[in-house]
Amino acid sequence: MNRINNAEELAAVRKTAKERIDSNKCRILICAGTGCLAGGSDKIYEKMCELVKADNLAEVEFGEGVAHNADGSCPVNKPETIAVKRSGCHGFCEMGPLMRIEPYNYLYIKVKPEDCEEIYKTTVLEGKPVERLLYEMDGVKYKAQEDIPFYAKQKRLVLKNCGHIDAEHIDEVLACGGYSALEKVLFEMTPEEVINTIYDSNLRGRGGGGFQTGYKWKQVARQEEKIRYVVCNGDEGDPGAFMDRSVMEGDPHKMIEGMIIAGYAVAAQEGYIYVRAEYPLAIKRLKKAIADAEECGLLGDNILGSGYSFRLHINRGAGAFVCGEGSALTASIEGERGMPRTKPPRTVEQGLFGKPTVLNNVETYANVPMIINNGADWYHGIGTESSPGTKAFAVTGSINNTGLIEVPMGTTLREIVYDIGGGIKNGKKFKAVQIGGPSGGCLIEADLDMPLDFDSLKKRGAMIGSGGLVIMDEDTCMVEVARFFMNFTQNESCGKCVPCREGTKRMLEILEDIVAGRGTMEQLDILEELGEAITNIALCGLGKSAALPVLSTLRVFRDEYVEHIQDKKCRTGTCQALRSYEIDPSLCKGCSKCARNCPVGAISGEIKSPFVIDQSKCIKCGACEGNCAFKAVKIK
Amino acid sequence: MLDKSYYQKVDEIINIHGKTKAALIPIMQDIQAEYKYLAPELLTYVAKEIGVTEAKAYSVATFYENFSFEQKGKYVIKVCDGTACHVRKSSTILSKLYEELGLSKDKHTTDDMMFTVETVSCLGACGLAPALTVNDEVHPAMTPEKVSTLVKELRGEANE
Repeated sequence: MNRINNAEELAAVRKTAKERIDSNKCRILICAGTGCLAGGSDKIYEKMCELVKADNLAEVEFGEGVAHNADGSCPVNKPETIAVKRSGCHGFCEMGPLMRIEPYNYLYIKVKPEDCEEIYKTTVLEGKPVERLLYEMDGVKYKAQEDIPFYAKQKRLVLKNCGHIDAEHIDEVLACGGYSALEKVLFEMTPEEVINTIYDSNLRGRGGGGFQTGYKWKQVARQEEKIRYVVCNGDEGDPGAFMDRSVMEGDPHKMIEGMIIAGYAVAAQEGYIYVRAEYPLAIKRLKKAIADAEECGLLGDNILGSGYSFRLHINRGAGAFVCGEGSALTASIEGERGMPRTKPPRTVEQGLFGKPTVLNNVETYANVPMIINNGADWYHGIGTESSPGTKAFAVTGSINNTGLIEVPMGTTLREIVYDIGGGIKNGKKFKAVQIGGPSGGCLIEADLDMPLDFDSLKKRGAMIGSGGLVIMDEDTCMVEVARFFMNFTQNESCGKCVPCREGTKRMLEILEDIVAGRGTMEQLDILEELGEAITNIALCGLGKSAALPVLSTLRVFRDEYVEHIQDKKCRTGTCQALRSYEIDPSLCKGCSKCARNCPVGAISGEIKSPFVIDQSKCIKCGACEGNCAFKAVKIK
Repeated sequence: MLDKSYYQKVDEIINIHGKTKAALIPIMQDIQAEYKYLAPELLTYVAKEIGVTEAKAYSVATFYENFSFEQKGKYVIKVCDGTACHVRKSSTILSKLYEELGLSKDKHTTDDMMFTVETVSCLGACGLAPALTVNDEVHPAMTPEKVSTLVKELRGEANE
């Protein structure tokens, strides 16, 4: 695409791009998020392209540069165009691979390449839905994506474009208003006005702490040092969280626009995006988005002819969870070990390369453009008084609709789990929600009607964290979950401060004793004592919150801990050392599936007669139980 | 002593990122992407070229989990043990892989340098739990049976 030199040219490009999209008779959007790609959506994309291409009835436009003229400009409008696009994550990951067809807004679930021909014939050519690929719940088939309960109860603002546009094509972004906030900022607002708008909106950091974004920007802008940096924390390390990944993959320009606006507000010339190494697709899409934005003159020198220049760099993480902490992250960009340091000085005073630095996370930056466009008052109309706006959550675990959702702050857990999430998998009973990953806590049934926002969670000894919600049913052992998180934190402790390095190790040892049936009641007191000590004296956020999962489960599920210690019993049958597997001969059909799946060859028998588990070889992994079609494997 | 071609490649990589202290991590990442591990000789070379001490380069390389001084197999399999995968029994996937390939918690790479098995804390593919990746390609909703098929497929591919 040619460089856009001023606001008028941008308006013209936007108009052409919009007209081109509007001229599409039909848009086929195939989800190309990490989830659906793993389910084979790239093959579906290829197949759909092939089908549309083979048919000469209509002019065809593809996601890749096929439809673009040699000079890179958009082609003239053609009637009857069919567009095949790779979109960002739709969020309904459980049902992937997903395909959305506009203008009908049909959403097809679990699509296979074999389905493409029927889709092409029935929907693309005739405009009718392929009934069998529609989502069905409680006997109702949903044609339009927007009507599906999973979507109907959400408010998708940050994720608005995810799934609706081609994530790798900047003209699609421009057509739906991308970079309009940047335009407004550059030509109509002073940096002070930008900061005041964000400050008045009370946008709070979506990375965990909930710190006021506008306040950070104000502090950076007031520093005497003139070299400043804007840094984006895309090191989404919490296990069970993938909101930021979906934004980076599905609508990278929104976050980039937010960063440029932050740069303008605090007079920074350079920005860095720090992305986890485990997100290769996000890195690829961000690189493309940055290159495209530079080519168009929306990033780089003299943006849109305004005189303001801003450059963006990408840094890949190298596998250290602690780099999600601000000072560790900046140390990592500087080429150092990613270890946090004592504060003050704070990042806003001395951050990256010792200069004043605005550090926010992906979702926070993605909120900025819409606040600029619609104003602080509009933003206050969403969410709760102290936590305005929406929050994206990754809902995983024992829930029917695993996926990525976005709801107004203050939505209750019950609405998320039952209305959007579709309830607990396999009709099991709800037990707890682990919120905020290894830094968070557990919420139980009694908390289901509590509004989720920064302050109410803090009162409950939990935190929103980055937004991972792991739903657990009655079969989940809370002691094991506490051990799992402590194992994670202990592994990721950077080793700089003693309370975290030694304390998490000791706590993990105790938890390992308890799940192995070697625990004592005194150890429970030590756990609490250690937990409180680490929370109070550790150096950084990782250490300060490391004990939260243990302390919160100890408070709510103390009886389960006591059972493990006194009765040597795990009521859920999760703790390996406390259980044994047996095959019920009256139910076993002798199919040998358990024996084939046993990783240690502990199961033997003859086909069509009951199989037996050799207890001396059994490692109690549960593979046999999971694979038995006749429910013949019992945990004793 | 490594072949001269290694140093030429490393020079290319250093030229892309520039001879600054902050370039240390990106340079090491690119070297590892090229050779699947970080040969100690190359780390020493990089340190000298960009002007940091060898001790510094070593301290950074050992801090981050992604860097490995040991050669890895042709197929690097990463089993996700994040919360969602853990709850959906990723441990059975790992034990099956260990069994199929004769590996363990302490032995990560097969003697024929074909497979390396590692665990990661979260791939962010939680909707597809339990998941694993083979050279960064995600394989969703794994079962012990699917693990056997996958290993067979990869072996077959390698023999072609």
